[in-house]
Amino acid sequence: MSATAMGAAPGPSGLPRLLAGLDPRGATMTHADHVRVHGELPRSSPRQLIEAVEMSGLRGRGGADFPTAVKLRSMAGGGRRATLIVNGSETEPASAKDRLLLTRLPHLVLDGAVLAASAVGAGTVIVKLGEHSREAVRAIEGAIPVRPAEPVDLHLAVGPDGYVTGEETAVVQYLNRGVAKPTFVPPLPFQRGYRGHPTLVQNPETLAQLALIARYGARWFRELGSEADPGSALVTISGAVSAPGVYELAFGTSMTDLLAAAGGASEPLQALLVGGYFGTWVQASRAFALRLSREELRSVGCALGSGVLIALGERACGLHESATVIEYLASQSAGQCGPCAYGLPAIAESVRALADGVAHERERERVLRWCAQVRGRGACHHPDGAVRFVESALSVFGAELEWHRRQRCTAPPVGLPLAPGGAAGPLPAAARR
Amino acid sequence: MSDRLRVNPITCEAHGLCAELLPELIRLDDWGYPIIDQAEVPPELLELARKAVDACPTLALALERAPAAERPGAPGPPRLPRIP
Repeated sequence: MSATAMGAAPGPSGLPRLLAGLDPRGATMTHADHVRVHGELPRSSPRQLIEAVEMSGLRGRGGADFPTAVKLRSMAGGGRRATLIVNGSETEPASAKDRLLLTRLPHLVLDGAVLAASAVGAGTVIVKLGEHSREAVRAIEGAIPVRPAEPVDLHLAVGPDGYVTGEETAVVQYLNRGVAKPTFVPPLPFQRGYRGHPTLVQNPETLAQLALIARYGARWFRELGSEADPGSALVTISGAVSAPGVYELAFGTSMTDLLAAAGGASEPLQALLVGGYFGTWVQASRAFALRLSREELRSVGCALGSGVLIALGERACGLHESATVIEYLASQSAGQCGPCAYGLPAIAESVRALADGVAHERERERVLRWCAQVRGRGACHHPDGAVRFVESALSVFGAELEWHRRQRCTAPPVGLPLAPGGAAGPLPAAARR
Repeated sequence: MSDRLRVNPITCEAHGLCAELLPELIRLDDWGYPIIDQAEVPPELLELARKAVDACPTLALALERAPAAERPGAPGPPRLPRIP
């Protein structure tokens, strides 16, 4: 198969992969160092590259978990006027992995972008970043001019921050009209995107993985992980752990090893938030039995999303923390769709009342009814993620509702980040097996 | 190929005429926005569905002929009429 013809270079064994050669002091990797670590940009036909991506089983790392090869194929025949957007918005407050890649390893991401654009015949690459990612903006600004001559034009665009501004139709509408809000679909970007042409929107980590697959092949990619979940993933671990940061881990890693990578729990844990604010709470006792695999996470109603893990210590109040998060998500609605614009604030107010112990006796039922009403009724998936989060909060911390009605909860807030780029200023990062 | 009701939630302003004209398939949520319980329109309700679509002041309600493309990367070109 052509996939074995590709990836002639022997790939590094074990971990790190994406984070190989990362400067521990935080410097941006130069192009020369990047070539020293990974070699020149490989040459392969579009067909070979897409086949290798397909055989690798790579899936999108921005949260949607969609097979990358299918997305690439959907763009085939888009022509030179097609565009690839590197969606580095990373508006999930507790995520830092895309910022890490773009800031410290910009050429790996740009390699992936150039390769993916070439594979679908697109003539333009736009790296879209949020205003909060100042370091990433500087790194990409510095990286683009030093790239060797390439078959595509590379551009950088910086947009406003806000949870929904990173949604792919919001990115496209921002680039088209300066409005960073989701649009009603169809048409999806791959049908009609930037300037009306087919547009492929990809997450930076997905592209960085693709850059490695193009070099070392699909078989190498599958040396880590399992049949169903091949490769490695970047996970941003924060909360009650000793060394919060971004870690590269193999799929299949146990939750205990995941936490150990981040220095271990800094206090006994009661729950983990898997997948960020669009994710779900899982009781710590159940979470410890899990491994980093889509199937196992799904068995407890979770998805890895964009690779965010937040550990909640025993002393914290899950209800109050959840109220803070849903209030934030409600405030982040684009305000375009009624069910989201009105539903989320109502739900947030009720969750706060439940946490404060001042809710109506049947408030919980009302919240769950509203969650069911709101789901699936926005132009984008913002309301869906928000109600999934609330439902998991009421399920995992539901037993504490009665206690909260009887006495005042005095647990101090843990200070969950409530703005993009909120997870840890300087980014400690490492890779563990 | 059946006819399906679809609301554009961005253009919808909760006038509520659709639920009034087609309560068999559309009800309103607590904030007055339409919930489509069943998107597929049975033949006997097609006439009423068309009336509801025509009555929508913001043109947010539409009757579509094909299943919507659900995910990015869904194969094949879109066959859906664009909603203004």
